[in-house]
This record gives sequence, C-alpha cells and structure tokens, in this order.
Amino acid sequence: MDLILFYFLLLGFAVLMYVLLDGFDLGVGILYPWFDREGERDHLMRSISHVWDGNETWLVFGGVVLFAAFPAAYAGILSTFYLPIILMLFALIFRGVAFEYRFKAHRSRPYWDLAFSAGSATAAFCQGLILGSIVQGVNAEQIADVSWYWLSPFAILTGFSVMAGYALLGSCYLYMKSRDRIQQHAAHLAKRLIVLVMLAMVTVSLWTVMSSDDIRERWFSGMNFIYLSPLPILSALFAWFAWRGLHNTDHEARPFWFAAAIFLLGFSGLVVSLFPYLLPNQLTIWDAASPDTSLSFLLVGIVIFVPLILAYTLWGYRVFAGKVEDYQEGY
Amino acid sequence: MELDTALLSRMQFAFTVSFHIIFPSITIGLATLIAIWEGLWLKTHNPRYLQLAKFWIKPFAITFGMGVVSGIVLSYEFGTNFSKFSDIVGPVLGPLMAYEVLTAFFLEAGFLGVMLFGWQRVGRKVHFFSTVIVAIGTWISAFWIIVANSWMQTPQGYTIVDGQFHVADWFEVIFNPSMPYRFTHMLLASFITATFVVAGVCAYYLRKKQHVDFAKKGLSMTMWIALVLTPLQAFIGDQHGLAVKEYQPTKLAAMEGIWPAQEENVPLLLFAMPNMETESNDYEVGIPHLGSLILTHSMDGAVQGLKAVPPEDRPNVPMVFWSFRVMVGLGVGMIGLAVLALWLRKRGTLFQNKFFLTSLMLFTPSGVISVLAGWYVVEIGRQPWLVYNLVRTSEVVSPLPAERVLFTLIGFVVIYSLLFGVYLYFMRKLIKKGPPSMANLEQQLVGMKAPGYALAWVKNLKHEDGEK
Ligand code: HDD
Ligand code: HEM
Ligand code: HEM
Repeated sequence: MDLILFYFLLLGFAVLMYVLLDGFDLGVGILYPWFDREGERDHLMRSISHVWDGNETWLVFGGVVLFAAFPAAYAGILSTFYLPIILMLFALIFRGVAFEYRFKAHRSRPYWDLAFSAGSATAAFCQGLILGSIVQGVNAEQIADVSWYWLSPFAILTGFSVMAGYALLGSCYLYMKSRDRIQQHAAHLAKRLIVLVMLAMVTVSLWTVMSSDDIRERWFSGMNFIYLSPLPILSALFAWFAWRGLHNTDHEARPFWFAAAIFLLGFSGLVVSLFPYLLPNQLTIWDAASPDTSLSFLLVGIVIFVPLILAYTLWGYRVFAGKVEDYQEGY
Repeated sequence: MELDTALLSRMQFAFTVSFHIIFPSITIGLATLIAIWEGLWLKTHNPRYLQLAKFWIKPFAITFGMGVVSGIVLSYEFGTNFSKFSDIVGPVLGPLMAYEVLTAFFLEAGFLGVMLFGWQRVGRKVHFFSTVIVAIGTWISAFWIIVANSWMQTPQGYTIVDGQFHVADWFEVIFNPSMPYRFTHMLLASFITATFVVAGVCAYYLRKKQHVDFAKKGLSMTMWIALVLTPLQAFIGDQHGLAVKEYQPTKLAAMEGIWPAQEENVPLLLFAMPNMETESNDYEVGIPHLGSLILTHSMDGAVQGLKAVPPEDRPNVPMVFWSFRVMVGLGVGMIGLAVLALWLRKRGTLFQNKFFLTSLMLFTPSGVISVLAGWYVVEIGRQPWLVYNLVRTSEVVSPLPAERVLFTLIGFVVIYSLLFGVYLYFMRKLIKKGPPSMANLEQQLVGMKAPGYALAWVKNLKHEDGEK
C-alpha cells in the first residue's frame, strides 16, 4: 500500500484513539460541576487519575505523527491556529496538575476543582474550535491581519459539539465505573447528552454541506449518498442502543461502546468530507508528505510498537477493571 | 520599542523548555532511585527501603505531572512558533520524536498508573517491574530527545532537497558526533540532580532531628552514589568539551572567553567580563597556559577564538561564559561535598557535622541549576544557528504578528510562575509531613502478604524509630 496513505490512516487512528480516550476523561471533567455531593468528586477524580496521562499521550502521538509524516501540515496547521492551540495547552496544563494537587490540598481544593473542570471544558472547546476552523478553511491573508479569524460561528458550534460529545463519553464511562447515586446520575445526564449530541451532529452536518460546494458534491453526487447513508443511519441506531443500555445494569459497558461507535461514524464522515486534504483546498497529504526515507524508517517502529502499546495499555485497564472503590487507593 | 516576533518566539521557547527540563532532570534520577530502593526491599525485605521508596514516590508523582504538562507544550511549540523550521527539518526530527513517543512516553504513562496506584492491585514483583519500566522509559525518552538536539548541534547524514532536509543515512543521524557525550552527560546529570535532592532532604531531617534513622539510610546511600558519579561527570564533561572544540569551535571560544582568531597561550579564566563591543575581556583573572593544557593537553596548544568568525556568527559570549562557570563551579562543589562525606564517614561524624549537613541542604537545588546552566551553554552557544552552520534561527520563525506571541509569552510566564510556586509549596508540605510511619507500613505489608520475617523486621524498626 502507498506509504503516504498509510500515514494518513495512522494519523486518523491516533486522532480517534485520542478522541475516545482523552474524550472520556475530559468528559468527566466537563460533567464535574454536576456532581457536587460529598465524596462524589473524589470518586470522579479517582476513576480517571490512573489513565489520564496515557490518554493524553495519544495527543502527543498525533502531533508527532503529523510532524514526522506531514511536516508542512504540522507547520501550517499549528502556526495558523496559534491562539486556540496555545489556549488548549494552557487548559491542559491546569487540568493535568489538578490530578496531582487536588488530593494533597485542603484549603485550596475548590481552586483545583475549578482548574480541573474549567480546564477540561476549555480544552475540549478549543479542540472543537480548531476542528471547525479546519473544516471551514481559512485564507492566508486573514492569518496575518485578523487575530480572531478562527472564532467563526461555525467553529463555535463545533466547539460546543465536541464538548457535548466528550461529556457523553464521560457520562457513559462513569455509568460503567460507579455505583448507586453516581451511576444513576450519570445515566440521567447521559440521556440528555445523547439527544444533544444527535442534534449537534445533524446541525454540523447540514451546515457543512450547505456551506461548501465541494463537500456537498462529495456527499450527494450520483450514488454517493446511497453508499454513504449507513453513516447517518447507523449513528441514529447506535444512539438508540446506547439509550436502551442506560436502562439495563446487566451490561453497564454497553452505552460506552455505542457512544464510541457514534464517534467513529462521525469521524468517518469527517474523513469523507475532507480527504485528501489536511487543510481544505490548500494542502493535500501528498503535498505535505515527508520523503520516503523518513516514512519507511518510522514504519518499522510503528509496526513493532503500536501493537505493544495497545497490549500494555489494555493490561493497564484490566488491572484497574471494575468499579472505583471508595477507599483511598494508591501511593 | 518595535516588537520582534523572532526574539519573542525565542524567549518563549527558551522559557518553556527551561521550565520543562527542571522536572525531567529530577524524575529521571528519582525514578531510578525508587526502582533501586524497591528492588533492595524485595531482595532484603528490609522495610527501611520500602519506606524510602514510599516516601519519595509522592514528590516523584508531582514532579512527573509537572514534566508531562510542560512537555506537551513543547511538542507543539515547534510547529506554532517555528513553522518554517518544522517544515524543513520535519523529515529528520519528526521520526526521532515519534520514536520517543512510541518507545518512551507510552511506556512511562502505561506503567505509571500501576506504579502509583497499583500497590494493592498487582503482586510485589509486578509492581517492581512497573517501577523499573517507568525508570527505563525516562532514560529512553532522554535518549531520543538528546539525539534530536545533538543532530541540530552536529548535523550529518542528511541531504538538502528543495530546501528541506532529507535523511541519507539514519545511522549517521542518530549516532552523530556529539550524541554519546551529551546523552551520557545528561543522564549522569539527572542522577546527580536527584541524588542531591534526596541528600538535601535527609540532611534537613538530620539537622531537625526528625526521622533520624530514615534520613541516615538515605544520606549514606546518596553520598556513596555522589562519590562515584560526580567525578565521573567531570571526566565526561571534559571529554564533551574536547568534542565541542572539534565540532563547534566558536562555542568553545565563547565558553572560555577567547577572542583572538588563533590563540596559543590560552589561560584558564577564573573571572572575566567578556565584552562583545570591544571584542575582549574586562577584568580578566586567569591562570596562564592552563587553558591550553586542558583543551589541547599541551602548554602552547593553539585554539581558535571568536574573531575567527564575523560578529553576526557569534553567540552571546557573556551568557555562555558565565553559564559554563556556574555549571563547572557547582560540579566542583559537589565533588568537594562527596569527598568531604567520605572523610566524615571515616571519622564517624557523617550524620552530625553541622557544616556538612547545612551545605548539603543548600545544595538541594544545585543539580537543577547546573542542568539549566549546562543547557544554556549548549543552546545559547549554538546561536545564531538552529542547525549548526546551516539554518539561522531568525530565518525560520513562524510569520506571526508579534503581539500574538507577546500575549502567549506573558500567559506562559504567569501560569508557570504560579505553578512553580504551587509545586514548591506542595514539595515543602510533603517533606514536612515526612515518611510513612512503620506502623503504617506494617499494615500495608500485611496487605501485600509479605513474609513473616519482614513483618518481624518492621516491628523491630518501629521500636528503633521510637514509635509505639
Ligand atoms: C533529558 C531529558 C529530556 C529533555 C531534554 C526533554 N524532555 Fe520532555 N520529558 C522527559 C525528558 C526530557 C521525561 C523524563 O521523559 C518526561 C519528564 C517527566 C515526564 O513525565 O516525562 C518528559 C515529558 C515530556 C512530554 C510529555 C510526555 C507524556 O505525555 O507522558 C512531552 C510531550 C515532552 N517531554 C516533549 C519534550 C520536547 C519537545 C523537548 C525538547 C524541546 C523535551 N521534552 C525535552
Ligand atoms: C531541556 C533542556 C533544554 C534547555 C534548558 C534549552 C534551552 C534553550 C534556550 C535557552 C534557547 C534559546 C537560545 C537563544 O535563543 O539564545 C533554546 C533554543 C532552542 N532549543 Fe533548546 N534547550 C533544551 C533542550 C532542547 C532540545 C532537546 C531541543 C530539540 C530537540 C531544543 C531545541 C531548541 C530550538 C529549536 C531552539 C530555537 C529557539 C530559540 O532559538 O530560542 N532544545 N533552548
Ligand atoms: C565538573 C565538571 C563539568 C564539566 C567539565 C562539564 C562540561 C560540559 C560541557 C563542555 C558542556 C557543553 C557541551 C556542548 O556545548 O555541547 C556541558 C553541558 C551540560 N552539562 Fe556539564 N560539565 C560539568 C559538570 C556538570 C554537572 C555537575 C552537571 C549537572 C548535574 C552538568 C550538566 C550539564 C548539562 C545538563 C549539559 C547540557 C546537555 C549536554 O550537553 O549534555 N554538568 N557540560
């Protein structure tokens, strides 16, 4: 297979892994304000404090795959979306350190709670914002002169959509990892979020199709719509399954997997709309690709290490499988 | 004043990377020490080692967390602030950094969860294994990032195609001439940094007469380690300097404050104020010929000076000159303390000598300061080049409006200052709180199904520590 195409798929895989994994732990942070009874927040934090670092590493991985395989795109995208990216990094800093400091703090605990929830929400919003701006495209003149070009109404909509999506993953994760009141509350929130996410997907899709001729062409010309129709249909079906799962405590992991599947479908829709561009109408994967010597050198590492990483990550999740216990575990 | 995007981007990068390196230089060494203690505990079942591991794992965790969040910033900053640079060197540096993520970051993150939170979830051996993996992960991570940096210092194995660096030979890229020195020197630097942090805290307990037996064990161990590592570090540093002389003569001239294009009697300068305008040193105090002797191993060996290159190709001489002296000065101080410790040990007053203990307390941050100073020598000494003699820093920054960079720079300064204060506050709090008591460890040992004689040992130590 074409190496460049392989790296495009790998990039997609990295982004998807990031969105699913850090998605649920950012989501827990977004939902944090809705859990404020005694001990609930400890519980929420404890449910993710052993995995967040590994989850965030997928973000670093996505970044360096872009750097290694498509340096021109790495340079172009990061410098173009300078402010939202740095803002996202600031937010990730705050939420990241909150894990360490919150449990050791006494008086300052409310500040760490704020750092954690606001940081998670802001990071998710910025990611949606960047995604929206990429889909919409920017032109080079704006970048130099206008500092707020990335803050369009469409980008704000995608920002909130990503937040809702992550919150859905987070609530399904909590449904799986907790008991009693927290679990019921998570199910209650998850149902609302399913509705919200469906609405967001429909709005964002319609808006994209309306505003870009190329994308409309791709979805509706000829028989394309028929071939692509499984994407929306399955999304709706999975949303319904996830909803049903929230009533059935025998299969507590089900809603999470269906929510993840919805993400997968949404992401495929995005790829259909954008391929082969990394920046719409500006930079294709072929324009941006590294030379063969670099791609094949890295390929060896990917073939060896990605399966290994998946294996020990899975092992890590297995070690901490089951419900979060309320006693203080750890170091 | 006209704001300059290039200058602001450089300041931002320098600030964020300096902040970052503080934490890895502690965690690399501390992870290794914790793995050693845990291993010793498994082997001897002496709970004192478990106590050391259990105590230091907390400072380790917060330091590691700070390292992670500040590191993520860096991996994106190449693209945000140095976009042209990222574009032209991506094919070389990108895969190296990708290997770092594949072989190190995932490894560290994957096993960190078990190391910190898994005490009750996995067996003792599996836990020890996880700790070792985390430690090894930090070394591997240091390896790749040092490879990347060293390639920028002493580039080889590349071809330039349409202005972009392509790799002709990966072996040459990875094993570039300065990498072995820099990697060894940096890894030793991290071990030394952690050693002096641990020793400083133990000295503090001894001065305060708290947790005395715990502190004695830690102090004694770290002083043996320092005795081996600090002279070794000076030796490696000397070799490193000889490599710099060969590959980056201008940097060496700045480190030593040598101005004439060709100098035969190079003094070893103890004090000087290098003056970039007059192209000479003010207030020079030096030992004649000693510089030649060290650098060329002969009394009149010739060394190339700064005037051999035009002024626009020279780095900021005073910064390089003084950073170098700070690093070497602290290095010599550390050797002095390690030797003093040996002498006091012979006399049996290692744990009582007030001067020694106070000096150790003052030396707690000496490793971090030397690491920063060392990196300033390397990085500022390389300027104005990003890739030595090939890519000029000022030509490859992102075309951003200066205000935007100023805005984020201020953001970083504010946030990082705040976080650094918080970090120090919690470190102090953990140190004040002291190690877990033997009674506490006893409970945990029961949970871990430790053998009977280990439990007997805890009871014994409990008595020794004066616990009830
Ligand atoms: C000699 C060591 C060393 C040096 C020079 C650097 N780092 Fe670092 N870095 C580490 C040693 C390290 C580490 C020991 O592996 C850390 C520190 C604590 C930690 O969590 O891992 C780390 C963390 C860390 C992380 C977070 C990893 C994670 O998600 O777990 C990133 C993205 C970077 N670094 C990136 C960089 C970049 C782009 C650098 C150069 C400009 C850099 N580091 C210099
Ligand atoms: C971690 C320890 C490090 C420290 C303390 C450090 C420090 C610095 C400093 C002070 C500068 C500014 C020099 C100047 O502009 O006068 C700089 C520049 C730079 N360094 Fe490093 N550095 C470190 C590691 C690295 C590594 C590992 C890399 C690459 C893989 C790297 C890449 C760069 C780049 C790209 C610049 C250019 C930006 C600039 O000139 O400011 N550095 N660094
Ligand atoms: C005592 C004698 C020492 C000598 C002669 C020495 C020598 C050197 C030299 C020549 C460099 C610059 C290499 C370059 O520019 O490429 C360097 C860099 C550095 N030094 Fe030292 N050093 C000494 C002690 C120390 C100590 C005690 C530490 C820290 C604990 C330390 C940490 C560093 C670091 C982190 C760097 C930058 C990374 C690297 O190039 O390895 N050094 N040292």
